[in-house]
Amino acid sequence: MSMASTNKSDSLIAHIFYVLRGNPITALAFILLASFITCALFGPLIVPYDPLASNTSNALMPPSVDHWFGTDNLGRDVFSRVIVATRLDLLISVSAVALSFVIGSILGSVAGYWGGWLDAILNRLLDTIMAFPLFVLAMGIVAALGNTIENIVYATALINIPFYARLVRAEVNIRRDAGFALAAKLSGNSDLRVLAVHIFPNALPPMMVQISLNLGWAILNAAGLSFIGLGVRPPTPEWGIMVAEGANFVISGEWWLALFPGLWLMLAVFTFNLLGDGLRDIVDPRKRT
Amino acid sequence: MLSIKDLAVDFQTRKGVVHAVRNVNLHVDKGETLGIVGESGSGKSVTSYALMRILDAGGTITAGDIVYSGVDLRNSSARDMRNIRGREISMIFQNPRAALNPIRKVGHQLEDVLKTHAQATRYDARAKAISMLKSVQIRNAEERYHAYPFELSGGMCQRVVIAIALACNPQLLIADEPTTGLDITTQKTVMDLIQSLSKERQMSSILITHDLGLAAQYCDRIVVMKDGELVETGKPKTLFNNAQHAYTRKLIAATPRKEASIRDLLPAEEQQPLPERSQSGETLLKVNNLVKTYAGKNGPVHAVKGISFDLKQGKSLALVGESGCGKSTTSSMITRLLDCSSGEIIFNGQDIGKIKLREFAQHNMRKDIQMVFQDATDSLNPRHSAFQSILEPIKHLTDLGSTARQERVYELADLVGLPHSLLTRFPHQLSGGQKARVGIARAIAVNPQLLILDEPTAALDVSIQAIVLNLLADLRAKLGMTYLFVSHDLHVVRLLCDDVIVMKDGEIVEMGPVEKIMEHPKSKYTQSLLDAAPSLSKIVE
Repeated sequence: MSMASTNKSDSLIAHIFYVLRGNPITALAFILLASFITCALFGPLIVPYDPLASNTSNALMPPSVDHWFGTDNLGRDVFSRVIVATRLDLLISVSAVALSFVIGSILGSVAGYWGGWLDAILNRLLDTIMAFPLFVLAMGIVAALGNTIENIVYATALINIPFYARLVRAEVNIRRDAGFALAAKLSGNSDLRVLAVHIFPNALPPMMVQISLNLGWAILNAAGLSFIGLGVRPPTPEWGIMVAEGANFVISGEWWLALFPGLWLMLAVFTFNLLGDGLRDIVDPRKRT
Repeated sequence: MLSIKDLAVDFQTRKGVVHAVRNVNLHVDKGETLGIVGESGSGKSVTSYALMRILDAGGTITAGDIVYSGVDLRNSSARDMRNIRGREISMIFQNPRAALNPIRKVGHQLEDVLKTHAQATRYDARAKAISMLKSVQIRNAEERYHAYPFELSGGMCQRVVIAIALACNPQLLIADEPTTGLDITTQKTVMDLIQSLSKERQMSSILITHDLGLAAQYCDRIVVMKDGELVETGKPKTLFNNAQHAYTRKLIAATPRKEASIRDLLPAEEQQPLPERSQSGETLLKVNNLVKTYAGKNGPVHAVKGISFDLKQGKSLALVGESGCGKSTTSSMITRLLDCSSGEIIFNGQDIGKIKLREFAQHNMRKDIQMVFQDATDSLNPRHSAFQSILEPIKHLTDLGSTARQERVYELADLVGLPHSLLTRFPHQLSGGQKARVGIARAIAVNPQLLILDEPTAALDVSIQAIVLNLLADLRAKLGMTYLFVSHDLHVVRLLCDDVIVMKDGEIVEMGPVEKIMEHPKSKYTQSLLDAAPSLSKIVE
């Protein structure tokens, strides 16, 4: 068995390379993702300036060789702040998406597999969540629970749960009576095992597309909350706040304060959106030959 | 009228170029029905797709000419092809339900075709569509005009597809496995309909099928394809009585027919005498007045209306009938995948119908009743390798340690003739016959006493079917299993089973020894099933 498993991981890596080679856009997305992850892990170590150190004598300088993205009204280096902010923004979006993936998958699987009144109740509950304008709902939650990073994560997770739950419900439902599910029952699997071990993994490929799109939304959502003053508080570097603070200076001509964090935010969302198809192909065994 | 010269089609795949079709030469004369016969992967469908120019992405015609009534189809513009498709050459596909748009009324779909090819205007389209529906013998055509595909049976859907295909009076009809998946009696009516309509309109047709009997019965001339090449061509009678090519002979031999025993289906060099079966004569399974009723929209639906039978240890019993006769419902109840509404299922003296479904999964009798599913592809988890699939029941239903489990999987692979190198593969990397073997290995992994076979060969090619049936016969003798064989094909049933139960509308029509029922059926229904089955025996001398 150990041989079989090393064999499998070999072929997985080979498969990832195959997918990346066959689809240059996915390869680009993975390169971008890798650089974002590097920034998130080592950001504070690699930036040229302390993101919090103010230097009023050097305030509002346009982009230059010393300060690639210029400096802000307190003389802080915008480039360093943008890079350091990556960790916080990715942390919020990844944990929010992970949370909604787990909860949504459980709810959707249960509803799709057992159906009946459980399905009906869960569906109406999810409809209720979706009936609210989602961003307003997130605002309300953060405003009510308090202005902390955890609450931003919870709010972002909650508004994304219905998308996962519905997707999983549909995927599980069509496989509920599939031959392999019946065969698993004949093999002595309990209903729970049939669902968790046999049916659910088959729903993963479309989920991967959802996850990558959602990561983009989650970053936008977190940045949006910070932008309107809910969520992360200054002076913590965060893309949303930086755009919000920078927006005040655009009229007076200091465009670089808002532009660069905004561009970075856009690039992050773009990366996650491009990632979807590649991730799906990687987790789908049928794409392997 | 149609001539194909030196056709070659290549597909660009991950593993490189696949030559799907090579050096194919064929022609269809006016008013003639040409049969293209071959097993899956023989290139018979690709040939027809190539001539319609509807090859999948990655497929290209690399050589050859396709000329239809003087028009060069290979080099025609996309616009010309659109005009030719439907009006000059039409096609009927395998799965009629998939060929129809599920959310559009069938009448409207017919009108669409008529309007596209300017055969009808806004004003007379409806009347023409209804008359087309009448011409394919759909009763209450005015009402059916408003039906959606899901409201019609498979046979009805295929009639609608035929009506659409013939709406613009094409000169050539291509039927790609038009009756696969339909019941035997429906198959007969659909094929008779196609035949009479083509005669009436003096239309040529190409029938693509894997069923030699069907081709023999309905075609004027037959070509046999193998691995993308034409092997042999001729009139059915001469071809089947005096086959030149070894492959044609192998196909003929593998087709179940009256005179042949199960071993006769195999090539002569692989035939070994059937092993002796041991039968204790004790009753293994006793079904008493079994009933299944579903709550339907318009009152209860009686799927199974109280059937009773006994099955002795070591015997093989067949449940035969058309779709909807309750045979699969019955087998699901006996397998304990479905609760019965009332009645008893006494297995080894215990009424297993009384054990709750949820508890039965972990019950110690679970391993005694196992099942081989109809669709081998659907019954294997796409994310599990063959090894994992076979391991699954061993893991949950036996106390073997991990090394012993692995050995058992290898032992089972040997037993069903699956090379060990294939065990690491996923289902989509296996052929139909290999998947069937994995399914059988999984079912026999825990030494069941009763094995339920739900049309295990329905999706397989004839030569693979022959091998799988023989494998099942060998395993039965070797492991002392009792079979309950669910099928719609009396010819296949006769090969493997001792007794047969013919079912219709949830009731038993007649039961008895298989030879007796095949030779002297008492009921009209059994007779009609026997008559409808296309058979090579009628033509082979």
